[in-house]
Amino acid sequence: MNVPRRGTSDISLVLCGAAGQGVQTVEHLMVRLAKAAGYHVFASSEYMSRVRGGSNSTEIRLGSVPVRGLVDRIDVLVALNGGIRPNIRDRIDEETLVLGDPEELGDEFASLGERFVPVPFLRAAREGGNRVYTNVAAAACLAAVFGMPFAALETYFAERFGAKSPDVVKGNLAVAEKGFALGGDLLRRGVLRVSLGHASPQGERIVLDGSEAVALGALAGGCDFCTGYPMSPATGVLTFLVKNADRFGVAVEQVEDEIAAMNMAVGASYMGALPLCTTSGGGFALMSEGLSLAGIMETPVVVHLAQRPGPATGMATRTEQADLELALYSGHGEFPRVLFAPGTLEEAFSLTRRAFELAARYQTPAIVLTDQYFTNTSYDIPLPDLPDASPDRCLVEAGPEYRRYEESPDGVSPRSVPGFGTGLVGADSHEHDEEAHVYEDFDLRTRMNARRLRKFEGLRREALPPTRIGPEDADILVICWGSTRPIVEEAVASLGRTDTAVLHFAQVWPIAPEAEALLARAKYVFVVEGNATGQLATLLRCETGRRADASVRTWKGLQFSVEEVRRGLADVLDKTVGR
Amino acid sequence: MKDPRIFDMDHADLSWCPGCGDFQILEALKKALAELDIAPDQVVVAAGIGQAAKLPHYMKCHCFNGLHGRALSCATAMKMANPDMLVLAVGGDGDMYGEGGNHFLHTIRRNPNVKNFVHNNGVYGLTKGQASPTSFVGMKTPTSPEGVFSEPINPVALAICLGASFVARAFSGDVEQTKEIMKQAILHKGYALVDIFQPCVSFNKINTFKWYKEHTYYLDGSHDPGDREAALRKAFEAEKMPLGLLYRRERPVFEDHLAPYREHRLPLYRRRRDMKDLETFIRKQYA
Ligand SMILES: Cc1ncc(C[n+]2csc(CCOP(=O)(O)OP(=O)(O)O)c2C)c(N)n1
Ligand code: SF4
Ligand SMILES: [Mg+2]
Repeated sequence: MNVPRRGTSDISLVLCGAAGQGVQTVEHLMVRLAKAAGYHVFASSEYMSRVRGGSNSTEIRLGSVPVRGLVDRIDVLVALNGGIRPNIRDRIDEETLVLGDPEELGDEFASLGERFVPVPFLRAAREGGNRVYTNVAAAACLAAVFGMPFAALETYFAERFGAKSPDVVKGNLAVAEKGFALGGDLLRRGVLRVSLGHASPQGERIVLDGSEAVALGALAGGCDFCTGYPMSPATGVLTFLVKNADRFGVAVEQVEDEIAAMNMAVGASYMGALPLCTTSGGGFALMSEGLSLAGIMETPVVVHLAQRPGPATGMATRTEQADLELALYSGHGEFPRVLFAPGTLEEAFSLTRRAFELAARYQTPAIVLTDQYFTNTSYDIPLPDLPDASPDRCLVEAGPEYRRYEESPDGVSPRSVPGFGTGLVGADSHEHDEEAHVYEDFDLRTRMNARRLRKFEGLRREALPPTRIGPEDADILVICWGSTRPIVEEAVASLGRTDTAVLHFAQVWPIAPEAEALLARAKYVFVVEGNATGQLATLLRCETGRRADASVRTWKGLQFSVEEVRRGLADVLDKTVGR
Repeated sequence: MKDPRIFDMDHADLSWCPGCGDFQILEALKKALAELDIAPDQVVVAAGIGQAAKLPHYMKCHCFNGLHGRALSCATAMKMANPDMLVLAVGGDGDMYGEGGNHFLHTIRRNPNVKNFVHNNGVYGLTKGQASPTSFVGMKTPTSPEGVFSEPINPVALAICLGASFVARAFSGDVEQTKEIMKQAILHKGYALVDIFQPCVSFNKINTFKWYKEHTYYLDGSHDPGDREAALRKAFEAEKMPLGLLYRRERPVFEDHLAPYREHRLPLYRRRRDMKDLETFIRKQYA
């Protein structure tokens, strides 16, 4: 069989196995090896909420041009265990080749005939000395198939386990050798013929996942404090910061609950730290009183809200875009806030950094919305730009006459922190006077609330306009937000229409003033989003007056695939524009 | 030694009832700070919500008046951001042991160098007399007309069980002794709980000034605060309840072990991120 298959220019590999079988390891290894071999690479994993058993999978795409979207198409499926779930099985088509060990799979794939290729991964692992390393056997087999040198595997394991555990490196390599031979055998027998051009060099590139992009963006934004309570899919950012706390001087703590996490962020911010809270919808709900506290105290805080399906516990390890309204309306009372929803890893880095900058400059909460799909997806990007200067905390020294909440034209009062100068720095959850003392006076209240809300005008002026991908004069706009961007882009491109452009909102609050004209100009507006009720469509209608002509939505718990969006768009195009 | 009047506010509009024990706690606190030579700009008083929690508005200090129940969380984080600032967490029994109960448990486990002064009046004063976590069984309130059913929390016993590094009890009616206990708490390295019996003249008709006088006594030299079992036995005495330092132990301080403070104690707001180092890190880790 030839890969890429006719009509496509990349290869889609899916690997599945039980929790505990090391599918993640294979993904990690393949991505690094593919990048080293000069491919563009994409990987996205989906998993069940269990520690052992079940069936998890990862999709890896290799291309000579950047590949960034999730596809249904499976060119090569590697099954480490039986009991493949329907979300994978249903995607096996007449061109899918399945590799697996019959010792493990029995006759699960018998109906595929020759398209099931028995490969003795288990034996390879056993012969290599460790039967639990079937994942390594499979990874090495794939490495051989895709023309990656064995030396790359040696480098990978040496760097991963290194000097600390030479025995682990040796054990892995013994199995890898056997697996690598299996791959060579597949090539010799002509089971697979790979013809993938190498990428043209494009300068220094890095490969990372959504959690890492958010966490690194936070560090670039000056984050030096993080509190969290473990909750999928937001925990990756917390563990990243714990792991790197020493190097970057971050005060990190896993706390008793999300109420504490947010109140601690506010307390730290009051003292001049630049705090981050990382959580998912359920935890964020618990943070809402504290978010409101940050609103009235005017303490900068940044929240990473990694969405998963709700209500309540919902689907713990799955994905959805249904917390836009939660993020926008959470917290009682009225106060300005900023919401970002990065569509690419580049944006996750730059917008998390910007969230810190805006939070500090406007003294108000900023929220970065990602989701399970986004945090567990990785691909290669150029090295991000970093400023030379350390981020500005936007603080002033407090003199003896200092008052924390002075009137100011743009609503931003000069902010100091205890210990910076001799002045006293107050903060109050009540409506307060300029010195932050509780004082009930209706004129004062009117003035203070108006001042805080005035900051919104500046935030709106600085809001990022949506990104248009496609012709400027497009009659049809396909709108999306957050993680779906590369998928929608690829789907729209595949439609091959010259009258259609994608409009992606990476900032979902405040909506940039430019959006109104952009939407007004379009003949047709379609909104693609991962929720059941059309939260962005509703918001855009409120903010721009433009009602979407149709929408494509999903709420099954899995990210859209390129094919699914393409089908959905073809369908709404049929019903509205006609062909 | 400073003059306690440096903490006086010129125009604070005190909303405590005449005769309330809160006045004496405020007086004791100002004296304790002054005697330890601490100036108003050297102390943050973090409070939640309640009558007691209004305290930071009534004295010169860095006043942080946050949410009901959350003072300890905010105070802990302040120490994480600036370990050398003196931070007090002040509030009522409802604030600290009810709404903030979970934070109370976990703050003790963490042991930040935060001083926790609790005005324990056995009732919700601000919201007009409902039962609190320390109200006695049988106390009739608007929300417990048949009398309180649940047993009260014993905050000092709980703190000793959890291994708090400093546990004391005071009575607001005795400003001198309360001040002394507060001073010891401030000088202690680590979390310090001072549970302060405080008569609420408006809503608690059981635990009155006179009742506290009759039902308390001061610990003397015969009690060893290093002896946890003895401390616990003392904490459970009910007929006459001991005042003073019940329990103390040396423990590593939470903020001292955090990554930013391994080499020096500069507060976070004075630090800068080395962007070149971040770039090197990204290049190396994600190449
Ligand atoms: C989330 C929340 N729930 C309820 C309240 C209302 N509330 C304010 S203070 C208080 C109880 C006060 O009791 P305590 O902490 O013992 O203080 P005291 O007034 O007795 O000094 C309550 C229930 C609130 N402010 N916030
Ligand atoms: S209600 Fe009670 S606690 Fe509150 S001020 Fe009055 S007497 Fe003091
Ligand atoms: Mg009370």
